[in-house]
This record gives sequence, C-alpha cells and structure tokens, in this order.
Amino acid sequence: MTSLPSSLPSSLAEIRDDFLSFEQKDRLQLLLEFSNELPELPERYRDHPELFERVEECQSPVFLFVDVSAEGRVGVHATAPAESPTTRGFASILAQGLSGLTSTAVLEVPDDFPMQLGLTAAVSPLRLRGMTGMLWRIKRQVAEKSVA
Amino acid sequence: MSVAFDPAEKFQSYAHPERLVTTGWLEAHLGMPGLVVVESDEDVLLYEVGHIPGAVKVDWHTELNDPVVRDYVDGAGFAALMNAKGISRDSTVVIYGDKSNWWAAYALWVFTLFGHSDVRLLDGGRGRWIAEGRTLTTEKAPVPLTDYPIVERDDSVVRAFKEDVLAHLGKPLIDVRSPEEYTGERTTAPAYPDEGALRAGHIPTAASVPWSRAANDDGTFRKLDELTAIYRDEAGLGDADEVIAYCRIGERSSHTWFVLKHLLGIPHVRNYDGSWTEWGSAVRVPIVTGAEPGATDRR
Repeated sequence: MTSLPSSLPSSLAEIRDDFLSFEQKDRLQLLLEFSNELPELPERYRDHPELFERVEECQSPVFLFVDVSAEGRVGVHATAPAESPTTRGFASILAQGLSGLTSTAVLEVPDDFPMQLGLTAAVSPLRLRGMTGMLWRIKRQVAEKSVA
Repeated sequence: MSVAFDPAEKFQSYAHPERLVTTGWLEAHLGMPGLVVVESDEDVLLYEVGHIPGAVKVDWHTELNDPVVRDYVDGAGFAALMNAKGISRDSTVVIYGDKSNWWAAYALWVFTLFGHSDVRLLDGGRGRWIAEGRTLTTEKAPVPLTDYPIVERDDSVVRAFKEDVLAHLGKPLIDVRSPEEYTGERTTAPAYPDEGALRAGHIPTAASVPWSRAANDDGTFRKLDELTAIYRDEAGLGDADEVIAYCRIGERSSHTWFVLKHLLGIPHVRNYDGSWTEWGSAVRVPIVTGAEPGATDRR
C-alpha cells in the first residue's frame, strides 16, 4: 500500500480512511450520506447571500462562506441544491472536515485532498475538479480572513 | 415483447412518435411486463435520492464508458450491463434523466449502437416527472433474470470519429454547444468546469445551433413545426443530407441527434462523441474562431 501524506488534519484523515475502507459502490453510498448531512446554515447567515461566494468550478450552484473566529477557528458554510447530491456531498465533506480547525491547519490541507478519497473511478473528473475548486476557494477565504 | 406506443397527440407529427412517451403514459404503464424504465443522469448519486418506482439506474461514466480506453463498453460488456439491469433484447426501454434528458439521450444513443430496437425517451425527463408531483421512491426494485445476447457494437451508422469528421468537412455539421464555446471565447459551457480542451473555437463550416433550442423550458421537446423552422429552414438541413452533430463530450449532441433522427426523421445523422474535448486538443486539425462558420480550407 502506498503511504498517504501525513499532513492531513485528523478530521479529514478520518473521512478519507472511511472512504478508502469501502468498495467503490459503498463509497458512493457514503458520499450520499455526506450529501444528506450537509449542515444547515447558521441562523445569522441565512438571509445574507451577499456574503457567499459562488464556486465557479462547479456546474451546480454551490455557494461558500468561511468565517474565522477570534480564537482563529475556521467555520465553513455551504449551500448546494438537493438535485445535485454529488456536489452537495463534496461540500458537506469540506464543511464537516474543515470546520473547527485552525487557519493554519486548513491552509496546510493538500490541494489534492479530493483525489485521495478513492472516488476517481466512480465520479467523473469534472466533478472532482469541482471539489478541488471548493477547497481552493475555502483556503483563499481563510488566508484573507486570517490576515485581517 | 414490446409495450404499446404512447398515442399522445403531440408526438404524432414527429417522424418517429414511437420514440417518446409522456409522463402520464409512463405512470400508467409502470410495472407492465416487457417495460424497463432506466434513469440516466449526469449526477452519479441523483438516482439514489429518489427515482421513478421500478426504474433502474444506468450511469454514463461507470457503466457505459470503458473504464480504460476512451470508448464505450463492448458487446460482452453491454450484455452484462443489460443483465445486471434486468433488460432483455426485446424489452421496451424508456430512459429519462436530469438536465433536460442530456444523459438519457446519450444512453439511448449508446443503446442504438448495440441495435437495441425499442428504446424511448420520457418527454421532459426527470424534471417534468417531479414538477408534476409524481411519485419518487428510494426503493430498488428486484431485477428479473435476463439473458441479453452479446451483440457487437456497430459504430458505422450513428457514430462519427475524428477521421470521419475530417472527411465530412463541407457537408452539414451542427455544433450544439453554447455560443461562447462556438466562437472560442471559452472551451466549456458557462458555469461548467474545464474538461481539458487545449484550443477554443469550432470545426470549420459547423453551424451553431445550441441544443437547448430544441427543448421547451420544462425540458420537453419543441413541437415539430418549431423544430422544422430551426433545423430545416434556418440550418438548412434536408433528408438527403448526411449530418454530424458534436458538442464537448457527446452528451448534448446526443440530444440533438435524437431530435434530427427521430423527431425530424433525417435518415443519416451521426454523433461525434469525441467532440470538442478531442478536436480542441488534436494536433493540426483545422479550427475556426468567431461567429462565422468558416471555410474548409486549412490556414
């Protein structure tokens, strides 16, 4: 077995290991579970579409917003339509896997994390690139908000 | 065993009304022996979220495409897939999907490569079924045992390869992508991620007729007189023409292929599935940018 990069925060490493422990078909089932569990937006962000950034790399309308608390903890908030479950699943993985981490930990997440989930055979490259786009945008927002 | 055709009035003016069914007809015929309903979506998980009762899923990426070579499965692969879905050679297959039936039309076109005779589209697809408040389920229906024969794929009739397109220049070519992709402003549909074409523009002489012009807002096909105005009058296509349609990876052009072949009844229509992701990256093939179709001469 090839050794996997160790720089992943434990939350993401756990998600990755869950995916890799399954056969291809069950990986999709797990992705569907993530899709169903995309966290609702917190009340304070619900009516503020202007805060959100569209993920242009995704064909479905996916919107992201990142906040960084005074203690330097990252919160990732995302919306994606129910009729785009794959994209929703990706957003959910990132929202659940990155929220609560420090800015530094988020910025150190390898850009190819989406390719480590073992989904390349089941999900078209176009989709996975959408997730890469989400991660990239999240990291950019974290960088901007950590400086300020 | 074939299931009776949908006698809906809207379809009767089309060249091949037997290629379409309405949502009402499908709902009334669910569970009928000989009928298999297939959902084929762009999103690999959408079927799992909820599908038409009894429908099976066929995924374009993991099931219709060869996993290694950029091609479709072979005869044995297709037979195995059909048996996994409970489809017999004489089944009536009704396909529906998301995105105005792009992938459903693509699947129908692949079924055609294997000569499956009775394959139809649900007019309006998944979107219309849901908009009308019809039932969806997450339950998977039991798949009956079938014995689909191994039939070799026939790429000579409805499929075009790059070499065929090069030899075809001068005869009607339809580019069904968005105007921005046609002119060369971009290589992907607006709001779509890049799928890896190195150059932008269109194949010389191709007419720009975006696929969406054939569809109403609810995803159903436009009526015959509207389609005639677009494709015969405006694009100048006639029954004597050999036509090739292309897009980016062959899914949107399957939609147009269906319209030209089955609704307008133009006999010789092929889909170039390599489409722009092949042409736009191939070495020394001619490309034209801008809004004009351009000439066949190389630069």
